[in-house]
Amino acid sequence: MVAADSEGPEDRSFRMYRRERSIPLRGSAAALSNNLSVLQLPASDLMHFGVVHGPSAQILSSAPGGMPLAQRQLQVKVGVGVSPPLITQVHWCVLPFRVLLVLTSHRRIQMYESDGSLMVYWHALDSGDASSAQTLFARGIAASVHFICVGTWSGRILVFDIPAKGTNIVLNEELAGHQTPITDIATERAQGQDGVADMVTADDSGVLCVWRSGTVFTLLTRIPGFGVPCPSVQLWQGMVAAGYGNGQVRLYDATTGALHVQISAHARTICALDLAPEVGKLLSAAEDTFVHIWKLSRNPESGSIEVEHCHGECVSDTQLCGARFCDPSGCSFAVTGYDLAEILRFSSV
Amino acid sequence: MSVRTLPLLFLNLGGEMLYVLDQRLRAQNIPGDKARKDEWTEVDRKRVLNDIISTMFNRKFMEELFKPQELYSKKALRTVYDRLAHASIMRLNQASMDKLYDLMTMAFKYQVLLCPRPKDVLLVTFNHLDSIKGFIQDSPTILHQVDETFRQLTEIYGNLSAGEFQMIRQTLLIFFQDLHIRVSTFLKDKVQNSNGRFVLPVSGPVPWGTEVPGVIRIFNDKGEEVKKTGFKHGGNYVAAQKEGAFELYGDRVLKLGTNMYSANRPVETHMSATSKNLASKTQENIAPNPLAKEELNFLARLMGGMEIKKTSGPEPGFRLNLFTTDEEEEHAALSRPEELSYEVINIQATQDQQRNEELARIMGEFEITEQPEITEQSTSKGDDLLAMMDRL
Repeated sequence: MVAADSEGPEDRSFRMYRRERSIPLRGSAAALSNNLSVLQLPASDLMHFGVVHGPSAQILSSAPGGMPLAQRQLQVKVGVGVSPPLITQVHWCVLPFRVLLVLTSHRRIQMYESDGSLMVYWHALDSGDASSAQTLFARGIAASVHFICVGTWSGRILVFDIPAKGTNIVLNEELAGHQTPITDIATERAQGQDGVADMVTADDSGVLCVWRSGTVFTLLTRIPGFGVPCPSVQLWQGMVAAGYGNGQVRLYDATTGALHVQISAHARTICALDLAPEVGKLLSAAEDTFVHIWKLSRNPESGSIEVEHCHGECVSDTQLCGARFCDPSGCSFAVTGYDLAEILRFSSV
Repeated sequence: MSVRTLPLLFLNLGGEMLYVLDQRLRAQNIPGDKARKDEWTEVDRKRVLNDIISTMFNRKFMEELFKPQELYSKKALRTVYDRLAHASIMRLNQASMDKLYDLMTMAFKYQVLLCPRPKDVLLVTFNHLDSIKGFIQDSPTILHQVDETFRQLTEIYGNLSAGEFQMIRQTLLIFFQDLHIRVSTFLKDKVQNSNGRFVLPVSGPVPWGTEVPGVIRIFNDKGEEVKKTGFKHGGNYVAAQKEGAFELYGDRVLKLGTNMYSANRPVETHMSATSKNLASKTQENIAPNPLAKEELNFLARLMGGMEIKKTSGPEPGFRLNLFTTDEEEEHAALSRPEELSYEVINIQATQDQQRNEELARIMGEFEITEQPEITEQSTSKGDDLLAMMDRL
């Protein structure tokens, strides 16, 4: 089912994207948010995909046509006779000199070389002042300059300092700013500024925090929630795009925190947002089975954020759980769904 | 992920179990005066339901259930329902118990998946409780127990945030992942596809608190709305009319969790392997049962709280068949696909002897129809009981 709404003399049913060959998975995708990570390696034509199944995550690489080449299953090993904890997220972090694969789960954070072949670091979550009614878990992963930031159940964000090579990874800082579990973290390399990137973090109560990263991270703005979780967030050219549990996508100015646009985008909770930075395309996927693509821009006179709907896609009877663009210009994207043992791919015609 | 999931899972699955048993007992109902000694009557049916419901809502058991804890595997939970189903004069063979559990799990999976808001799983639970109260109208003591559970639910879940409910929802869906058993009632009603996946409609009312998709609002610096445009979202949604009631009594609005079985609709399941990719196993098959110890503890705690009424005197157990004929039941037992078998919990008698003995004592009250063969190796009563449990 398609909703293409480019006005013009063209046939209204003209598809902007078509279905490509799916990539099979060993295990179905779990009903988590942001349950798809994609690594595009510009040097080769290979694409890596990461999907969480439950107590295991699958990493696979595929050729341009979608033919799967190699795959690997990762688990968190905690001890003999104890079941492996549930994984919450798997995500590639592209740093200046290396790429690391980060896996967050209950009780632990694990970091691997980008192909998942070797674990270079692990961190056990501190129970702190948790009550018995709370499970400890990490969730929300992003790279910022030479740091990797990981969110936790308490709302604290762990900032790890990553060396150019080797395993000497150190917990540098713990950021306070949230009181409820972190859901997602997004970063963007600031243009023209030397190594200073910006970051936005989101939590289960819908609160957003905007940070300036550095040896010490600084909290710039705090955007209050409205009683609804924010499972997914993106950052692009001073704009914060946030997807909420009530199906709304909101666009805020990152500096002032002001709300510029509010879209009633979906009928169920949004599970994933992604950005194609070269063109400012935003992808939203939700549990209502829909994927929508939006074009973000700034009005040159007023400076206000504008948005245009580009495309809608219905993945029948599938509660989506992950979605990513597969290239920086947004010509193709991939989605995962709960109970679905394949990655669905779409590319523009 | 959420340690508050078990009560909701248990109560809703329990509710579905009662719906199926009630329907099946009604279908096999014989008027009291015409019944032979081995046939079900209306009195028997009410008695079975009373016994099961009073066991389910027993205070000690509920206390254990409501403690914050992780969800255990389908295997462990199945053991609890086995015991619950046999809390009365009713007896079920393995094949009928398997079918019952299939129906229970698929029904609740469907309800969770289709809940408009994560919080609506509480309304689904209330729907089940409302129906349960309907089954035991003549028993004020049990009614009081159910109302007490209602109060506990409201106390614990009444103030949970939307984020916590979303986590509960995700935890439940992980529990139900990869289950695609086809249920004929669902297939006939077109809520399930022939591949076992549920239909997710893109029309109808949006959840309470969500706007109908299709609107883009632009705001100025002062936060005032300055422009409103539309876009084509592809669905056919309408606004929600009203919110369901979370009080003890009230219009729940939501139909999920109400009794979908009636005397005219037989309960069937199709047992063909629905997953084409047989390599994709469910979570619990990844590790070869290292959960035994954790699960034993869980079971001992939970079932220790179950107070099973001992039947006075030698009363025969009435066997209930969930299939149409005995032959069908036998055939179902033989032809159940491998990946759908509920493997019993493998108790390693060498580990934690004290815990095993305690569990054996609890299970000692459990009566089964067939006497197991005592092997030469088991010399103590404890070993016998453990051996019996292994054959559950």
